[in-house]
Amino acid sequence: MRTLRSAVLRGQEDRRRAVVTAHARSAPGRTASPGSEAPARACAPGEGREMAGVGARGRLVMGWPVLLLLALCAAGARGLYFHIGETEKRCFIEEIPDETMVIGNYRTQMWDKQKEVFLPSTPGLGMHVEVKDPEGKVVLSRQYGSEGRFTFTSHTPGEHQICLHSNSTRMALFAGGRLRVHLDIQVGEHANNYPEIAAKDKLTELQLRARQLLDQVEQIQKEQDYQRYREERFRLTSESTNQRVLWWSIAQTVILILTGIWQMRHLKSFFEAKKLV
Amino acid sequence: MDSAAPRSTSALLLLLLLLLLLRAERTRGAELTFELPDSAKQCFHEDVEQGVKFSLDYQVITGGHYDVDCYVEDPLGNTIYRETKKQYDSFTHRAEVKGVYQFCFSNEFSTFSHKTIYFDFQVGDEPPILPDMGNRVTALTQMESACVTIHEALKTVIDSQTHYRLREAQDRARAEDLNNRVSYWSIASTDEQTPAFCKLAQSVAGAPSASVMGSRRN
Repeated sequence: MRTLRSAVLRGQEDRRRAVVTAHARSAPGRTASPGSEAPARACAPGEGREMAGVGARGRLVMGWPVLLLLALCAAGARGLYFHIGETEKRCFIEEIPDETMVIGNYRTQMWDKQKEVFLPSTPGLGMHVEVKDPEGKVVLSRQYGSEGRFTFTSHTPGEHQICLHSNSTRMALFAGGRLRVHLDIQVGEHANNYPEIAAKDKLTELQLRARQLLDQVEQIQKEQDYQRYREERFRLTSESTNQRVLWWSIAQTVILILTGIWQMRHLKSFFEAKKLV
Repeated sequence: MDSAAPRSTSALLLLLLLLLLLRAERTRGAELTFELPDSAKQCFHEDVEQGVKFSLDYQVITGGHYDVDCYVEDPLGNTIYRETKKQYDSFTHRAEVKGVYQFCFSNEFSTFSHKTIYFDFQVGDEPPILPDMGNRVTALTQMESACVTIHEALKTVIDSQTHYRLREAQDRARAEDLNNRVSYWSIASTDEQTPAFCKLAQSVAGAPSASVMGSRRN
């Protein structure tokens, strides 16, 4: 049963390849149908709308699947959201080991003052994403549209800071200063898209499970190395505190003794001068 | 060919739809760490279906007395969870109403300490890595059930690693704070004490008074 299913999956894959090559061969002059070009890019920001345009222009028969795709693209798979004000900066900290990939997806919605509701999608809004590594060096600093996806890989272990702020000037006029941001940050192993990997490398279920387990174990290993590095830092900090306390108490004692000796000598000569001793 | 082309393109689009659904089926949830300024409140919202269980774990990593207020509200506005000045907690709830649930962290009781807060909000169960794994009719083979067991065990390991990492971050922040305070205070007190002693001794013009004896004993 399982071998049959995996054969079916592989068969679908081959059929898809055949369809793509057939289109490329048979229709060199026509504009490529929306399906054949880069299916993996289906939900890249903004492109869903372009695809719909091509589909509507070219084939009315294709209308409903494309619209459905568009609806899914617009609905988005991002759950958590929060509100930020105009030019307000919101920062998130990710403490990660080195050589770890972080993928962040966000989607913004603007508040419509007249309708008292958040608009489903607003082109023209911009979000600036800035990522800093533990030393404060900027790893990524880019402006994205109202919907965006940013990726970076850490090269030093530690606390990375991901900051988002909107620098759109239209907000003050239309939005009443409120923006809804849907955010989703995936770190390390969670950033892998397993169905995509299965399709790309043509893996069976068991192979895919093994791949997932390998990724998880690799993440655990990286986290253990990071733990060792953190423990060393902690130990150095504690030893430094210990040293400082020790040196300070020795220095304090020495200073007190010296000051005491100096005071005694000064007062002794004073008393002798006054003929009291 | 013209009749075949729309059919094959339609199949292709359906396949794309399937791939999109696969993307949409990922675990819903968020694990974020953010800084909460003093006298501030930050809220997060998530859409939850009816009957789905969600859980919220949060922990204060740095700042002040390492405590924060937290409350969770359902779409009707009822507070289903409220705690004040907690260092860490875990809250699970089965959603009775479909809608947008909000959870907020408040640092309004603090006047000058910024808090760094970690939270992990998980909705529902983890979906299978391939969608057609969810509707299988045969039992799992030994290999597959071994894989599932290993996967669950590794998830536990990753969770406890996160727990230790947060605890260690908290302790390390305190240790570095202590280190800084020790060095500032030692420099400040030495700079302040030595001239004070010398000035006291120099200003003695008469008989030894109790204040001079007192400062010598210091």
